Amino acid sequence: MTVKEVAEKLGFSILTGDGEREITGFYACDLLSWVISHAKNGDMWVTVMNNINILAVASLVDVACIVIPEGVEIYDNLAERANEKGITILATELSAADAVIKTHDLINGNI
Amino acid sequence: MSDSTVKLHYDIDAEDFTTAGEASSGVKKTLTRLGVNPELIKRISIAMYEAEINAVIHANGGFADVEITPEMVKVVISDNGPGIPCVEDAMKPGWSTASNLVREMGFGAGMGLPNMKRYTDEMCVESEVGVGTKITLIVYLNR
Repeated sequence: MTVKEVAEKLGFSILTGDGEREITGFYACDLLSWVISHAKNGDMWVTVMNNINILAVASLVDVACIVIPEGVEIYDNLAERANEKGITILATELSAADAVIKTHDLINGNI
Repeated sequence: MSDSTVKLHYDIDAEDFTTAGEASSGVKKTLTRLGVNPELIKRISIAMYEAEINAVIHANGGFADVEITPEMVKVVISDNGPGIPCVEDAMKPGWSTASNLVREMGFGAGMGLPNMKRYTDEMCVESEVGVGTKITLIVYLNR
């Protein structure tokens, strides 16, 4: 299922990017060095970090998208750079755990 | 990939982290264009990103020199920062001297040097207190 389909079905906002990538896994963590060594290509990465460095990490790992949970705001310069790099960022009021569980259930046909 | 050697040089700017990762992203793009195996690209990009971030966090920036040959990618990150008093300590996973501000940005987990070692075939740390640090990272392309 693509990022865009997930966003539409679960009511996540698409803040940047086109959401055309397929989600093939999940990863939730805020320590950037941990993320670059453990997250995988195609993952939906959930993090409350909203600084510019998440874009370099997302690009290095080649995740399908970044999800910012808990209603954390992102700033204009982050959105601008994410669009330049073609990185999709979603936002949701859900917690990181709920964002992963609901997306997992949706992709696996459980909701 | 052609037989020629590609050499790249980047200044690593310490300006409030906004450009950190530009050098490793640039190298990633070049390696992709050269048709290098994506798994090897990921390894060298991650190791280089960690070294780049370290130069920003600890040394107010530095320089990256990259040499790409048909056999290997060699990255040298050098800085004129404070140096590492004990490299053995710095290599321990979880060991960190990063400030709270740096930790709030998601860094400072003490994973930088261990990640560099994990993702490269060869790694060399040369550091002198008060002079600077030079980290050499090598990933072989044909192993």
